[in-house]
Amino acid sequence: MSMSPSDTSNKKKPKKDTVANATVDGTIAGKEQMTLMKNKRLDLSYVQMKWETVFRRILIVMSVIMLIVVAGILATLIVQSWPSIKSLGIGYLWGKVWDPVNNVYGAFPFLIGTLLTSFTALIISVPFSYAISIYLGEYNTKGWLSNLLKNTIELIAAVPSIIYGFWALFVLVPIVRSFEMKIGVAPYGVGVCSASLVLAVMIIPYAASLGTSLIRMVPSPLKEGAYALGATRFEVIRSVILPYTRSGLFAGILLSLGRALGETMAVTVLIGNTSAIANSFKEVFFGPGNTMASVIANEFAEADHPVYLSALIELGLVLFFVTVIINLIGKRIITRYTHH
Amino acid sequence: MKTIKSLKLAIAAIAGICITLSASAQDNTLLGAGSTFVYPLFSKIFAEYGKTHDVKVNYQSIGSGGGILQLTNKTVDFGGSDAPLNADQAKKIGVPVLHIPMASGAVVVTYNIPGVTTALNLTGKDIADIYLGKLTNWNSPQIAGTNKGVKLPDLPIVVVHRSEGSGTSYIFTDFLTKVNPDWASKVGKASAVNWPAGLGGKGSEGVAGLVKQTPGAIGYVELIYALQNKMLYAHIQNKSGKFITPSLASTTLASNVELPANAEVSLTNTDNPAGYPISSFTWALIYKEQKYNDRSAAKAKMVLELLWYNIHEGQKNCEPLNYAPLSKSAVKVAEKILKSATYDGKPIL
Repeated sequence: MSMSPSDTSNKKKPKKDTVANATVDGTIAGKEQMTLMKNKRLDLSYVQMKWETVFRRILIVMSVIMLIVVAGILATLIVQSWPSIKSLGIGYLWGKVWDPVNNVYGAFPFLIGTLLTSFTALIISVPFSYAISIYLGEYNTKGWLSNLLKNTIELIAAVPSIIYGFWALFVLVPIVRSFEMKIGVAPYGVGVCSASLVLAVMIIPYAASLGTSLIRMVPSPLKEGAYALGATRFEVIRSVILPYTRSGLFAGILLSLGRALGETMAVTVLIGNTSAIANSFKEVFFGPGNTMASVIANEFAEADHPVYLSALIELGLVLFFVTVIINLIGKRIITRYTHH
Repeated sequence: MKTIKSLKLAIAAIAGICITLSASAQDNTLLGAGSTFVYPLFSKIFAEYGKTHDVKVNYQSIGSGGGILQLTNKTVDFGGSDAPLNADQAKKIGVPVLHIPMASGAVVVTYNIPGVTTALNLTGKDIADIYLGKLTNWNSPQIAGTNKGVKLPDLPIVVVHRSEGSGTSYIFTDFLTKVNPDWASKVGKASAVNWPAGLGGKGSEGVAGLVKQTPGAIGYVELIYALQNKMLYAHIQNKSGKFITPSLASTTLASNVELPANAEVSLTNTDNPAGYPISSFTWALIYKEQKYNDRSAAKAKMVLELLWYNIHEGQKNCEPLNYAPLSKSAVKVAEKILKSATYDGKPIL
């Protein structure tokens, strides 16, 4: 029934057309049919267009909600940490003492601890995630072994981090400790080294699974061309696949880094939680430390005066900015690589 | 249309049930939040209480600081805390808050020295010096002085403390602050302090794990945890110079002294010659004036009756769960405190 008004207009329009094109006889019938079809499309597309708009609006609303959430988090962090910013000033960033009893707060040891553990973990994890991506993406793309490996690696990401923490405390830490005894540093076992090792394991899946999918997507004509020119498999990987997927692989690493920066529970169990800054390189790497996320997790529940609570929230704000800055730098690197 | 109608009906019915449920839930449910230390004891006592009374208690173990915050925001009927309100918290609440002792707990010093299987005798100064990083080796003459006959090895001391803010750390640092002026001036007492030395373990299990694994380590955990995990712990010298074995009995004795009327007292370094010095009450916190936020008089009475039960019949649940029951003088003080609570200016009990 809803078709009727447009049907009448359909009939009217062709009449006008007939007058206009009276001289060109043979084509009129065909033209009339075409306009009829076109208008049917037009009529259908009214509903379709409506849906298009609705759909687009849903997408916009969903995305904007996320934007609002992030802006809200940022605003809350700033408002809540205002008492601390006001009373401690910018010196908060390089203050080395964190003393809740005397209301002295400095984030420097935690800032260093966060960056140190995350980047160490990243350096350890990159060879593994690249190797896994290349193997699963190029050498062994099908079959049970490939599936098993891929699923296992994805499973690594699904294990709760507290499990990693306590597993490492009872299994990895004694190994690290006996190694520390051999090289002659204080045998704490826990510390930056243990935390970074576990973090490395935890972040491998992120870069590896993204890398695998990207390498599988490299167009085969490119690879076949290289093979046809006599390149070996390694040469194809080095000069075709890696350059083609470079920015994507880097994005995967950035994803891993983001995960490492924010990781809390496993690190808290393993880092040793001390705010003292070590003097020598050996102590920095093997000795205990602390990260921003673990300080927040440790002390938030029992923070018993306003400035203390606010200083902890400011730590969250600093972590937020560190993540943003590192992401921006990463994006800059990606665009530069892509333009080449 | 039919399906929509029946759906609407179903939704209305469910909503109705929810509303009636929540209404009835509000009538006989008490909310509490705070100390994780006292949680096992509270859940046992509240379960027992629920069998004979028509009261449900929902206690969330979110930590003492969180409990005080919830009480400040008036979102719970009572809070649980391992430390009395500090000046900041008291100022923020602004009105009198009653501290009712519920049980006491002790913190023990545990260690891992290869070859030493007996309990060490440690003084407050020993512990403070170790935790300040001044005493760094087990063979120091200072430790050997009170441990004749124990062969202490030449082994560096690895200090382990709690990484997160906790009531256990509060009790431990409170003791050290009282017995050692150096500790008092350099570190002080709080649930999280700026530890001068050592490693932080996450939770009791983290501290215990590090101590068990690291030769030469020293740490502190709650007595309950040490008993349940059969850990080795030291005898600590109390105010009268005696080395006391930590136990439920010696912890209870620590509170069997002249107590101030408000019970807001730290029991560490107790005057009782047989009392264990690193012990503390754990308190339930309520507002002295129970009429706030249009609370009914019945609800106020319900809270007070529950706490009254806790300090009397409830105490029999302490020992099976390894809590030290309140001493006689503590129960007396607690009774007086509960009787001082008012509703609209009139006493409730």
